[in-house]
Amino acid sequence: MATDTYNKVFTMHGVIMVFFFLVPSVPATLGNFLIPLMLGAKDLALPKINLLSWYLYVAGGILAIYTMASGGVDTGWTFTTPLSTHYVNTNVLTTGLAVFIAGFSSIFTGLNFIVTIHKMRCPGMTWFRMPLFVWAHYAASILMVLGTPVVAIAIVLVALERTIGIGVFDPTKGGDPLLFQHLFWFYSHPAVYIMILPGMGVISETISTFSRKRVFGYTAVAFSSVAIAVFGFFVWAHHMFIMGISNYAVLVFSLLTMLVAVPSAIKIFNWTFTLYKGSITFETPMLYTFGFMGLFTIGGLTGVFLGTSGTDIHLTETYFIVAHFHFVMVGGMLMAFLAGIHFWWPKITGRMYPEKISQLAAVVTFIGFNFTFFPQFILGTLGMPRRYAAYPPEFQVLNVFSTAGASILGVGYLLPILYLTWSLKYGEIAGDNPWQATGLEWQTQSPPLTENFAVTPIMDHEAYDYEWLEHQNLTKLKEKEVPSAG
Amino acid sequence: MPDSTAIAHGAHGAPEHGHEEHPAYLRHHFENVEQQADAAGFAMWLFLLTEVMFFGGLFTAYLIYRNWYYPAFVEASHQLNIFWGTLNTAVLITSSFTMAMGVWCAEMRKQRGLVLCLVLTFILGIGFLGIKTVEYKEKIEKHHVPGFHYSLQSFIDPASDPEIYKEYHDKPLALDMARHTEVYFSLYFAMTGMHALHMIIGIAILGFMIFRARAGAYTAGHVTFVENFGLYWHFVDIVWIFLFPLLYLISRHQ
Repeated sequence: MATDTYNKVFTMHGVIMVFFFLVPSVPATLGNFLIPLMLGAKDLALPKINLLSWYLYVAGGILAIYTMASGGVDTGWTFTTPLSTHYVNTNVLTTGLAVFIAGFSSIFTGLNFIVTIHKMRCPGMTWFRMPLFVWAHYAASILMVLGTPVVAIAIVLVALERTIGIGVFDPTKGGDPLLFQHLFWFYSHPAVYIMILPGMGVISETISTFSRKRVFGYTAVAFSSVAIAVFGFFVWAHHMFIMGISNYAVLVFSLLTMLVAVPSAIKIFNWTFTLYKGSITFETPMLYTFGFMGLFTIGGLTGVFLGTSGTDIHLTETYFIVAHFHFVMVGGMLMAFLAGIHFWWPKITGRMYPEKISQLAAVVTFIGFNFTFFPQFILGTLGMPRRYAAYPPEFQVLNVFSTAGASILGVGYLLPILYLTWSLKYGEIAGDNPWQATGLEWQTQSPPLTENFAVTPIMDHEAYDYEWLEHQNLTKLKEKEVPSAG
Repeated sequence: MPDSTAIAHGAHGAPEHGHEEHPAYLRHHFENVEQQADAAGFAMWLFLLTEVMFFGGLFTAYLIYRNWYYPAFVEASHQLNIFWGTLNTAVLITSSFTMAMGVWCAEMRKQRGLVLCLVLTFILGIGFLGIKTVEYKEKIEKHHVPGFHYSLQSFIDPASDPEIYKEYHDKPLALDMARHTEVYFSLYFAMTGMHALHMIIGIAILGFMIFRARAGAYTAGHVTFVENFGLYWHFVDIVWIFLFPLLYLISRHQ
């Protein structure tokens, strides 16, 4: 592969994965479908805005693909100035426009979720009876609504600088290229919380269901989502420790970065305590959940290495960053996405997938993932820089490991595509509540009616109340028995 | 509130129940008109919040560069035409007044009043853009549009620009500082340009609303759209209320 092709490939990988997969995946699929169900509502508050959000996503996606087809872009997904404004002659404009449009899609989704959560809760659904999935989406939505417009204006300024030559980021005129990075990371750092928070919401649901226990420290987990959203806005400059910001700024942002680890740890600890003395079963979603917990913990802790200004200077711009980011985003978010897909698949389609093979896929994914990305931690500490097409021979072995692992990971992703498609037609009928989970979404048909519930539900119990569920099941059983006796 | 009515709804047990009691504009997924209006209004305020963040990026940039390049910002702001700027502010505030009257007319179900107010707002909006065009034209003629044709003449040799010089007696700037006037004009065009873009979008929506209002769409009780558009229009107005002093006024006299 030619070196400039390599630059284009990793740029497009970053742009597509960040803006068109990681950000919208859980909110736009599971969130869209589940938030109204979990709140006992008929639909999101603004269905037309929802449709608009989808059209914008498609438009942005088509533009991104067009960019790729028409020669690609090679600035890295971060569009760093002045590289993006002056030095490359690839399609920065169309990529920027694609990201701008996808950003508005994200804003509208977030806005819709916030309005829905405020205004569409069914009777009895107080804030602290909402499933933690909804809390996590609420926090992520705040980030979408407040963060995305800032990257939008940064992209507009880059576009203006490229086309008519204004000088906001141009050092020859007195503009400051670092300002671009401040504006860019002001969104793009919170964006990683937009990506991970919905995933954390999924984990709260699965871990409770498959340990048959209320989530330990419900309130703490709910507030830790909001805390991540709030802290997330004050750590952006940790991407710029070596870019020439002042030592004081490095100090402050390093400290603030450590603080984000606190709410994330609160979540991990509370999930672990949920498992404690739970009645744990190992269905596929739970396997992915365990995968998430292990990999996210590693990803999160290596984030603390990078947040420490001293070690960051050694590790930044190496494969350590790549490994850290992929542990959080693929090991964390993608595992959670797969857990969510497997958990709610019977609700979405009304059919079960084959259990054994899906468990196998979960294990294969986990193994493949570790093979792919763990060697990259080692490569990073040894000093292999990222975004270079070539590497010296002493890094050969670990790189081969990583490539081989990626092939295993590929099998792990291919399997679900196959058996999930198969199950659409041939899967067993799932029934309303195959996992015996407590959320309101399990109280309606699978797949749900057009307006979700035949009768507007009344939330008369706390979230994750398994005794209530048992009671509910008994009542339903009796109702069935009475007519047969009569 | 949605809660109490929803309980009543659930108690009847019939999902189809109650449709005939509600006005036609109540969408199926809401329990009642209040919930629908509440949700729409809340959504609009959230959208305006995103707009605040959008312009916030530009204001941040302005703040930083104004602190760094104060002399350049002072002399560059002398180039703005305070007469047109003030007139434009008056035009825009008047348009906000006519828009507010329009919302009131819609709520009071006065169709002719509403149409009149919307048309006035439309004309004032166009007027604003017209005046802005005159100002932009001045900048183009003086080569103050950033980019390839940008000229530092008025800043390294202020006497060559007699009109401005007569009024402010600017001292020539060192070449280094003079170059930073281009940052000022970059921000001037980015900020007023983004503002003008919002005006153009607003005027397009106004045009659509005039047709709908003539057909009586907003004077039958369903005023959400007019109210929300009013919020948007006032927001765009407020952005200008910040831009005008920052760009035209505060650096004028040292």
